[in-house]
Amino acid sequence: MASIHKRKFVSSDPEKCVGCCVCEYACSFEKEKAFNPVKSRIRSVRLTPLINMALTCRLCEEAPCVAACPRDALSQSKETGVIIVDEDKCNGCGWCIEACDYGAIMIHPDKRVVFVCDLCNGNPKCVEWCPEEALDFVTADVLAQKARISAVKKLFQEALQQKIE
Amino acid sequence: MDGYAGRILHVDLSNGKTDIHPLSEEYAKRYIGGIGLGMRLLLDNSVVGTDPFSPDNPLILTTGPLGGTMAPTGGNGHAFVSKSPLTNGLGEAKSHGFFGTELKRAGYDAVIFKRASEKPIYVWIDDDSVQLMDAKHIWGKSPQEAEEIIREDLGDFYIRVAAIGVAGEKLARVACIMNDVTRAAGRTGLGAVMGSKNLKAIAVRGTKDVKVAKPDEFIEYVKEMHERMKGPATAKYRTLGTPMNVLVHNSLGALPTRNFTNAVFEGAEKVSGEHLNERFVAKIDGCSSCAMRCEHIAVVPEGPYKGTTSRVEYEPLWAFGPHCGVDRLDSIIKAMELCNYYGLDNLSTGNIVGFAMDLYSHQILTKEDTGGIDLSFGNGDAAVELVHMIGKREGIGDILAEGVKRAAEKIGKGAEKYANHIKGLEMTGYDIRGLKTAAIGYAVSFRGADHNRHGAYALDLKGTVDRFKVEKGRSKIVISIEDLYAVIDSLIVCKFSRGIYYKEYDDLAKYYSLVTGLEMTAEELRMAGERINVLGRLFNIREGFTRKDDHLPPKVMSTPIPDNTVSKGSFISQKELDLMLDDYYAYRGWTKEGVPTVNKLKELGLDDLEYIVEIKV
Repeated sequence: MASIHKRKFVSSDPEKCVGCCVCEYACSFEKEKAFNPVKSRIRSVRLTPLINMALTCRLCEEAPCVAACPRDALSQSKETGVIIVDEDKCNGCGWCIEACDYGAIMIHPDKRVVFVCDLCNGNPKCVEWCPEEALDFVTADVLAQKARISAVKKLFQEALQQKIE
Repeated sequence: MDGYAGRILHVDLSNGKTDIHPLSEEYAKRYIGGIGLGMRLLLDNSVVGTDPFSPDNPLILTTGPLGGTMAPTGGNGHAFVSKSPLTNGLGEAKSHGFFGTELKRAGYDAVIFKRASEKPIYVWIDDDSVQLMDAKHIWGKSPQEAEEIIREDLGDFYIRVAAIGVAGEKLARVACIMNDVTRAAGRTGLGAVMGSKNLKAIAVRGTKDVKVAKPDEFIEYVKEMHERMKGPATAKYRTLGTPMNVLVHNSLGALPTRNFTNAVFEGAEKVSGEHLNERFVAKIDGCSSCAMRCEHIAVVPEGPYKGTTSRVEYEPLWAFGPHCGVDRLDSIIKAMELCNYYGLDNLSTGNIVGFAMDLYSHQILTKEDTGGIDLSFGNGDAAVELVHMIGKREGIGDILAEGVKRAAEKIGKGAEKYANHIKGLEMTGYDIRGLKTAAIGYAVSFRGADHNRHGAYALDLKGTVDRFKVEKGRSKIVISIEDLYAVIDSLIVCKFSRGIYYKEYDDLAKYYSLVTGLEMTAEELRMAGERINVLGRLFNIREGFTRKDDHLPPKVMSTPIPDNTVSKGSFISQKELDLMLDDYYAYRGWTKEGVPTVNKLKELGLDDLEYIVEIKV
């Protein structure tokens, strides 16, 4: 089980995300040499001006999209956790889309088969470009660590503030 | 020709017929896009003397060559151009967000909305498919509600919408066109032009690729620009935002207060950018492809307006704050939110409220006129009430919705002495009584009172020039910024990014060439800026404007700054204004009446528009 924690995925911090979609442009340019959000493997969502977040594949353990595929077109890399699409087998039926809780796997507008984040060979362009450092390429362990550290910082700050007051 | 979509869409709103014309390389290079292309298309598609609310007044929507690319801020702007119902001259307004990118991906550099629909409709542009849709169910709704309903009706969360509110429907001459919840093509009343066409909204879905001519070089350049966007050139917009101006202007005696009665506001601290950010700003958002993010979203944390949420910038804050003598940020933010709700230009609307308060203080308006509202300067709740009335055109709001110039004419009793506008467009938050370089830019601006056509206030405020002096030669600097700003608004890049183009035209020309594949030199681009400014002038001349229309607001010329501050006693005399205009026209190579000469038009390649000036020169 320990191997799963080595897997890094792209995580988005809604506190930092400003909804600028630079990640979408970077992704579509890297993968398709064109600027086009509907061809991006990461999508930004602005629910209200106060709520922004970008979402992409979480590399779920025993990924539901793989399990849902009736044609065995999807498989998951044991090493990286990336979902691999066999474009010859995929017929765009969309079962995997229904199975994904994050809307991370999508139908490609030209190819009519599904496409999903492949982590850019371990160097995700969206993370590299994000101007707000809202995106992180991390393991679940590191993510938890970061959350702990920021929680403690916040508590410490509040405690410090109370002392001053 | 990459970057550009290469297509101009004509939509006849009376019958839904559409037509697609190619964008010629000549037009692309000469007029760039944005306001430049829009102004040229307006001249080509309208006839002299058309009433702004006539079906014959076309509404033109444009994007720029950088639109939809990853150029920081360059990807996300759009412009509306039409004959303004406020000025009867050139009307243009830009907005940012996400709408423009979508239109580019749908495959259009410009859309020309012609004629008018008999019943409320919205236009649904779904890539190549263009349909007129019934808008009965969204008529009367706010732009934000309309956006949500349209997305739901059409079943796609990512559809982008530009819409008018009730104010636009009711032809309030200060109505704007909203997009992406908080963004507005605010100035010159173009929301009312949409309303006059029964056009409630424009919904767009674009799924086409946007490609650039030299992708690898472009992406390298964009990377550098993204880095610059994180640096000192944009620091103001990323931190306190434009409301930082409040204390700066106040300390320099340049903060117009109580409808230009004073230039210093005793309540400035309470409405400062510093206080705003500490207590109200909940989030700072970015537009599409922007690495800077500047959009300060404020939420009122307590009190009668608790929960009110609005984007905040200096100009509306000033208009509903110091300009009305109001020192309460909660009511100011409420007034802004309501402007977004009704689809009102919050800058003009705040001006109107301050104007009405000035009339009230001089007993030209009384409680009888206001429906019992105490319109004393400083009454924030009354300002909020008045925005409701203007938005719905109820009571005194009906007259006020016409803008200060027309409202003053209707009210009479000397009200015009308090109506601070230029060419019919309400003033902005710079006290030009003591900013005499900026004053030149204000007087000659083709869209009326405006700091955004010339930016010359920066020279005054920074002390680059003696701001209390009017002298020959000063116009030269104003002109150089005017031309640059015309290019910025045509490309379209955001004005807040202007500091990152270290080499100005060189940087922008490089951008243009990398994206479009059309060679553009810095000098060609500067000339395009001049050409676009002359186009604005030509449109106004065609509509009958003369030197007399290059005027300044009444109080700027009648009321010396009374406050004990560095600008005390400053105002602008007729003699000074004449000197400014003579100097400006001379540097532009225009006649003493402000008319570009035939030779000037030849030099700029505008020979086909000579007919406009021939009889005047």
